[in-house]
Amino acid sequence: MDVKSAKNYVFWLFCQFELITCSYLMEPWEKVLFYSFNTGMVGMLLYTTYACVAAHAGTALRLLWHCLGTQPDSAASAVK
Amino acid sequence: MSRDTTELSSCLVLAKGSQDLLFSPVFPGFSQKNGICNGTLYKKTFIEHFEQAPMYVAVFTFVGFAVGTIFGYLRDFMRAWGLEKRNIAEEREQQKDFVPLYQDFENFFNRNLYLRIRDNWNRPICSVPGPQFDLMERVTDDYNWTFRFTGRTIKNVINMGSYNYLGFAETDVNALKTVTIELEKYGTGICSTRQEMGTLDKHIELEKLVATFLGVEDAMVFGMGFATNSMNIPALVGKCSLAPAEKLQKIRFMFNIYSLIGAVLYHRGVSVAATLGLILESVDSLVQTFAEAMHVTQEPVIGKQPEPHYPEALTHYMQSLEKLLREAIIYGQPRTHRAWRKIIILVEGIYSMEGSIVRLPEIVSLKNKYKAYLYLDEAHSIGAVGATGRGVIEYFGMSPDDVDVLMGTFTKSFGAAGGYIAGRKDLVDFLRTHSHSAVYATSMCPPVAEQIIRAMKCLMGLDGTTQGLQRVRQLEKNTRYFRRKLHEMGFIIYGNDDSPVVPLLLYMPGKIGAFARRMLEKNIGVVVVGFPATPITESRARFCVSAAHTREMLDTVLNALDELGDFLQLKYSRYSKSSHPELYEEKMLEPED
Repeated sequence: MDVKSAKNYVFWLFCQFELITCSYLMEPWEKVLFYSFNTGMVGMLLYTTYACVAAHAGTALRLLWHCLGTQPDSAASAVK
Repeated sequence: MSRDTTELSSCLVLAKGSQDLLFSPVFPGFSQKNGICNGTLYKKTFIEHFEQAPMYVAVFTFVGFAVGTIFGYLRDFMRAWGLEKRNIAEEREQQKDFVPLYQDFENFFNRNLYLRIRDNWNRPICSVPGPQFDLMERVTDDYNWTFRFTGRTIKNVINMGSYNYLGFAETDVNALKTVTIELEKYGTGICSTRQEMGTLDKHIELEKLVATFLGVEDAMVFGMGFATNSMNIPALVGKCSLAPAEKLQKIRFMFNIYSLIGAVLYHRGVSVAATLGLILESVDSLVQTFAEAMHVTQEPVIGKQPEPHYPEALTHYMQSLEKLLREAIIYGQPRTHRAWRKIIILVEGIYSMEGSIVRLPEIVSLKNKYKAYLYLDEAHSIGAVGATGRGVIEYFGMSPDDVDVLMGTFTKSFGAAGGYIAGRKDLVDFLRTHSHSAVYATSMCPPVAEQIIRAMKCLMGLDGTTQGLQRVRQLEKNTRYFRRKLHEMGFIIYGNDDSPVVPLLLYMPGKIGAFARRMLEKNIGVVVVGFPATPITESRARFCVSAAHTREMLDTVLNALDELGDFLQLKYSRYSKSSHPELYEEKMLEPED
């Protein structure tokens, strides 16, 4: 029952996507082209996120820890 | 006069300050709470809605058009390179070196976007366009390039698109008795123009009746409603005249300009009227290029007018008209600076794309102040507004002497064909001799004239019944009910609360086709309008309420709209009362004595 309503909801969301992007009006081969283009873009986005964002985030965090790590010593010296 | 305007603008400022609430149907009594100031031009509340949709709607609309355009380019590319069969008109091989006959790029929108949803327009009907009609079922095998009829008819489709405001488009034998008699007496053809042998006693009778109905001295009738405008404006507006037209008059005026050009090209000596920046730039440039081609002295003055769609602009709209009039009088004609011989303001009673009613009292006060003439086109408003159906003049409680040229058509509220121009006797006498239609167009045929006569007599009560008045009241009730329910459901509706033309905003191009098709599946026929007739981001579905619609029909339509509005996510309004109002007769809550 929940699966059915979830499926209906997803289908309805897909209909909204179709209406907004005018793919409702396209012929089947145009739809195939459009969806494959979209899926390709989304796939590339996800891959880029997985491959690069994690690495950059890790570097940024390491830099932050480094700054924070040296902070108590410098703060103490500043107070003194 | 200026005192009236300041008081009015102060009242409008009051309305403007509380515009959010004023446009909220949740507080219908808000504007009535304070009432109408005593010294103003308006005798009753004038509520118009032009709510703006949330920003994401505009973004999505542009996304839709962008995708459509990209795919349009792709398809054009494929057609040009032979990867796809070409269905469009093109020249033969031997003519390829000649001057091109078909301008491909201009029809880009037509070919790539309109064609995909073309099945929602030009649907052939096979019965009288009353409150319900029969449609011929048609299917397409090649994505709307060609259609074929299956032979079946879809019966009893609720008609929400016909301009049948008073319900006179009927086949009741008793109602059409006099029309049948006239048909058997006169036949159907006139075969002559008004100035030759085409003036019958029926026309004289009709003209006298129209003049009595409107309360003017004289009237003249023409065979075609559209031609009434296009053939008579050139006769009235000659060289050295200025004609500022309201921006909302868009397409009708555009077509009139095109036919003006046709008429003017035919009569080399007659010059075309200069039009001010109140109309679309495309028409401006059209008139401008034409004016240059014809070496006409006047050129249009292009000014950027504020969009009259939004409430702030409405209060500024009259101010910008006043500014234009002042500039026209002060600066005169563009190069020579001679005074304009006359200035005619062209307005419509109800604008059919917006559903708004013209602000007649203000325009009349402006015209009196600046000594301009007023041409009022009551195509949609005659019979449809006003306490006894006499149009916007009666709606505002004004006298017909305030307007110089009253024009209207019989196609909408009277269930016939043709148009009229009414006013003072010298105006109508001038038109009888100088109108292009009187010289070249065949006159109205007698059965149609008789239909108008019987409808008008019914409206005026001259047939001995109160049926006419009942129809007007029923239309008013239906209009208010329909608009109120749509507001409560949360749709964005444009226009005045009293106008029977109800545009429901759809915005996104993908939803235009989906809406019309799904409504037809539910057995309701609607008219949807898209880009060239409306601004590109504001496509809409236009409902025309009729006096012949029963409460059950309206409820069916409203239920269907509710369902479809939820499915297609059309309920953009921020002011809706509740998402699922029950449709029942509201009881009076006041205790009876």
